[in-house]
Amino acid sequence: MQRILVLGGGVGGTLAANLIARKLRRQIARGEAVVTVVDLTGHHTYQPGFMYIAMGGERAKNLERPERRLLDKEVELVVGQIERIDAAGRLVELADGMRLPYDHLVLATGSRILPELIEHFDTEAHHFYTAEAAARLRAALDDFKGGKLVIGIAGMPYKCPPAPLEVAFLVESELRERGLRDKTELHFCSPIGRVFTIETVSEMATPYFEQKGIEVHTFFNVETIDAEHKTVNSLEGEELPYDLLILVPPHKGAQVVIDAGLAPPSGWLPTDRHTLQVKHLAAPNTPDEQIERYPNVYALGDATDLPLSKAGSTAHFEAPIVAERIAAAVLGREPHAKEGSYTGKVMCFFEIGDGKGTLLQFDYEHPPRPPKPNQLWHLGKIVFNKTYWLTVPRGRV
Amino acid sequence: MTDTATPPITRTVDARGSFCPGPLMELIRAIREGQVGDVIAVWSADRGSKTDIPKWVEKAGHRFVGVFDRDGYDEIVVEKLR
Repeated sequence: MQRILVLGGGVGGTLAANLIARKLRRQIARGEAVVTVVDLTGHHTYQPGFMYIAMGGERAKNLERPERRLLDKEVELVVGQIERIDAAGRLVELADGMRLPYDHLVLATGSRILPELIEHFDTEAHHFYTAEAAARLRAALDDFKGGKLVIGIAGMPYKCPPAPLEVAFLVESELRERGLRDKTELHFCSPIGRVFTIETVSEMATPYFEQKGIEVHTFFNVETIDAEHKTVNSLEGEELPYDLLILVPPHKGAQVVIDAGLAPPSGWLPTDRHTLQVKHLAAPNTPDEQIERYPNVYALGDATDLPLSKAGSTAHFEAPIVAERIAAAVLGREPHAKEGSYTGKVMCFFEIGDGKGTLLQFDYEHPPRPPKPNQLWHLGKIVFNKTYWLTVPRGRV
Repeated sequence: MTDTATPPITRTVDARGSFCPGPLMELIRAIREGQVGDVIAVWSADRGSKTDIPKWVEKAGHRFVGVFDRDGYDEIVVEKLR
């Protein structure tokens, strides 16, 4: 019996489990293999929708489905909190004491937000990384009558890299429609020397900031929030007053993979860029080819340390590689050369405001060349969001 | 610039496996954790670091000591001033 254990029921975990079950249908039917997903809540959340709770009238209840309904009927689901991962002993323990031995492990444990790392974040800053926070931001925008609105990024990497830029563009459109634009100063703060990490995307987006009159502050690494004087202050010494503050909170990987000795304090799992196998923690200057890989432990999605977007799309394109490699191991064959090697493929939509969007498509070797924004890509994003439940988790696209 | 111009390095950040903006973020972390007077060497194989890091150092009010060609990577040295 080959036991495949998938930790996390997000995009990556759900899709990987379904694809593995599809490849091993006969072995599962004969009792030679079992695929189990462990998820904390048993509810699958479509996180890219959170931004639209704040910006587009989306409702939290539309963004959640029971995980059981998204999983292939051959996949087992265990709802529980992961307490311990023992990679040497090939065992996972849950908080309720359940012990899950495995032969192949998929770490789809995602990322978590840590607003508490910045004092006064909770009371002063808004964000859109949970349904509740996005609803609070919506209410704050409804109450906003003009003033200084600051949008920034308080830590890298973070989920959905285009999101803060999209929020800046969408808020600007909204304020114009509500007749508040000339009463509002809009500021956008980026921790790096341009508005977006990838140069080609930055080149595409920068003229929109100029055109929309959004003042860009580069090299603005949020250090403190002064709640009394209502300023957000950067490590670089800049001080920006705000009436409404929207910040991407700091992110880290799951605590359980740090505690397991699989990830450094950042929580991002060292991951082979092509095989997606988890690498042993190594001294900083160890050449990559000398770092040992866990032969039976894989990571995907937000959980990895790969230099790619932390986005559902990344997990979506990584899951087939993990599924192919695990299925090959179970079946005692070599993984398919192409299907078993990740190229860094990512594809995501990017809202520009005023009902227009563009598409970012790239891999390790090819930076994105976003097409001129138009209404079609905006509609593409809306349709994708609505049809997600029928397509991505089930491996239909 | 030659090695003789480099003050003694107090911390080395190996960001060679990291891509833009990784090396800059690693330097920022080291600056946050460090003391005034620390001399930090960042090793980066990402070409963008050579331009990004000096610009950040200037804005953040630290001292850019120099960039040195090493075997397959750059060593970018920064002194924490505040």
